[in-house]
Amino acid sequence: MNKLRFYIALWIAKFALFTMGILKYKGTNFPGHLAIKICPDFLKHIGKPERIIGITGTNGKTSVANMVVDSLGKDGVYPLNNSYGSNIHTGIATALLKDAGIFGESKKKMAILEIDERAMPLIMPYIKPEIMAVTNLFRDSMKRNAHPEYIAGILDKYIPDNAYMILNGDDIISSQLKPGNRRAYFGIDSLPTDLDHSINLINDSRICPNCSHKLLYTKVRYHHIGRCQCPNCGFKSPEVDFLGQDPDFSSKKMTILHRGSKHVFPQNSGGIHNLYNTLCVAAILYKIGYSLEEAANLMRNVSVVESRFSSEKCGNVIVSNQMAKENNAVGSSRAFDYISSLPGDKELILMMNCLGDQKHWSENTCWLYDCDFEFLNKDDIKHIIVTGPRGKDYHLRLLMAGVPEDKITWVENEMDAPDKLHYTPSESIFIFFGTDSLVLGNKVMEKTKEIARKKG
Amino acid sequence: MKIEVLFPEVANLYGELANIKFLVDGNKSYDVINSSLEKKPGFVSETPDLIYMGAMSEKSQELVINKLMPYKDRIGELIDKGTFMLFTGNAGEVFLDEILDEDDGSSIKGLGLIKGMAKRRMMHRHNSLYLGKCDLRGIEHPEIVAFKSQFTSTVYKEDYKPLFETLRGFGRGLIDGSNEGLRVNNFMSTDLLGPLLILNPYFTKGLLSDLGETEPELPFFDVAVDVYERRLKEFSDPERGFTY
Repeated sequence: MNKLRFYIALWIAKFALFTMGILKYKGTNFPGHLAIKICPDFLKHIGKPERIIGITGTNGKTSVANMVVDSLGKDGVYPLNNSYGSNIHTGIATALLKDAGIFGESKKKMAILEIDERAMPLIMPYIKPEIMAVTNLFRDSMKRNAHPEYIAGILDKYIPDNAYMILNGDDIISSQLKPGNRRAYFGIDSLPTDLDHSINLINDSRICPNCSHKLLYTKVRYHHIGRCQCPNCGFKSPEVDFLGQDPDFSSKKMTILHRGSKHVFPQNSGGIHNLYNTLCVAAILYKIGYSLEEAANLMRNVSVVESRFSSEKCGNVIVSNQMAKENNAVGSSRAFDYISSLPGDKELILMMNCLGDQKHWSENTCWLYDCDFEFLNKDDIKHIIVTGPRGKDYHLRLLMAGVPEDKITWVENEMDAPDKLHYTPSESIFIFFGTDSLVLGNKVMEKTKEIARKKG
Repeated sequence: MKIEVLFPEVANLYGELANIKFLVDGNKSYDVINSSLEKKPGFVSETPDLIYMGAMSEKSQELVINKLMPYKDRIGELIDKGTFMLFTGNAGEVFLDEILDEDDGSSIKGLGLIKGMAKRRMMHRHNSLYLGKCDLRGIEHPEIVAFKSQFTSTVYKEDYKPLFETLRGFGRGLIDGSNEGLRVNNFMSTDLLGPLLILNPYFTKGLLSDLGETEPELPFFDVAVDVYERRLKEFSDPERGFTY
């Protein structure tokens, strides 16, 4: 009966997939959703490739998964993947059925799956990755993910005991996952920008996981990312197997030290977080079976699709969008930190409103007080426009961050925000929005560009 | 005024420490003592005007219970004396008899100062809006707006006075319409997040008055009131969903 139900689910979902292909619908998890609706243990019955590489973590998992898929493609290997779908159980089901034969058998030898960390309980009973990479663990949406310790508990419980773990050795939370599993760590050597303490509001690893004494950080990149030790019990960050050294963003290179040998890797995207992504990809490719020389060659010209950031000179100003995940204090803090570190005068529009929530209830705004709005209290940030349903909440939060009142303008309607910008020649304008306000954010950006061009 | 913040290195989830920043930004003379897990809490040897603790992880709750257990009698004494204490999110659960994990049946013994139990379901997170009112003396606008985001529901075994009367949303035991939190003398505990004091400037002023401030000052009061009134209007809209 179970098998019959599976075949019915498979064939109906495959028909849905075929129909959607004709209609040119891409990147949906509907066929997988349909399959699981008809056959709740669809993932158990559907054929899987021999090798499954899972990638999870709070930030960077999409970039890492896409870079691995693209790199393998350079070698003529086209693994099953969910790049165009979702990373929850229905998205995984869609990816598997897309490459399944008429009786559900897998036609691929390898799968690269980006897996949502919170969706593990629905996926891991059926999908057994040979390699599991975890990019990092941070606070994310409190409604769903609560706190990193909670997510770490889920990963510990559901990742198979025989999965080979690839972990961020500079992240004291995710580096402690699955202590009994075989593993390799990646990390970055000292950087000139390293601090000796966290300046962020969020640092979710302040105490020793063994004895609860205060951890002593020897270097901090951001939040809890860095190296630390416990002066009480001797616990310390793990030694790393893939050590990033001397990153040079101008020549787009980074050296990776592995077992005493140095290998030069392409580093096509800026930002420390992208160094970690490169290291994670290199470690995955190595574990798949490539030498690091081969991995470096495969990664040449492979870069993150930066839909999170785009920039254009319009008239006398530069207009940029900056993706800032709503409900995600760390994501927005990283974006604020990055923008505030750029040279030159700036005007900002903050509109990271969770518009989906607003339709049905009201956005939970606790995350604003976890997020480092303090980075925006800088002399060269001349003007900040706050707008949308939570515009006034941003206003209060900015004041509490020390931003002077006369730098803040509130407008109710997002589309009115571009009219309030000053467009001072040679300045940069940054518009912050998340996936929830993507469509509206792009409209605001287009209007801003139009006004800038007219003024220029 | 002396404010003791308990264990900020772990009890800092969901922006809750900003509750105290909001008070201190309004009055720089307030003295904040951050008591870490490594040291003896300040309240053991002196009596602060206000003791505060915010939300934390489940493992941290155990650490905090173990840390406070030797001082249980002293905490009881401070409650009896009327020392002001405010515990938000799941912080108040450490004072209960027990925290029960309903998924695996395991249980953590709490301080037992408040008769009751928190029941935890780790794969069932509750998220909702909250609209209620408080009965602080002389408060201009008694309505309270806040959020709930939690794994637990609390059941009290005694008839404690609630901290807030619920107008809409889920109070004690996550029961629709039940009253929220509790107040024993000046011991105040609530699941509500926000941060509560920032989202409710009138309540915060009332609390400061109760603490003895004759002319309580809050930073950016006009903007905070604007935010409060907008949210109050939103939450009072009968068409608005309250459970995510």
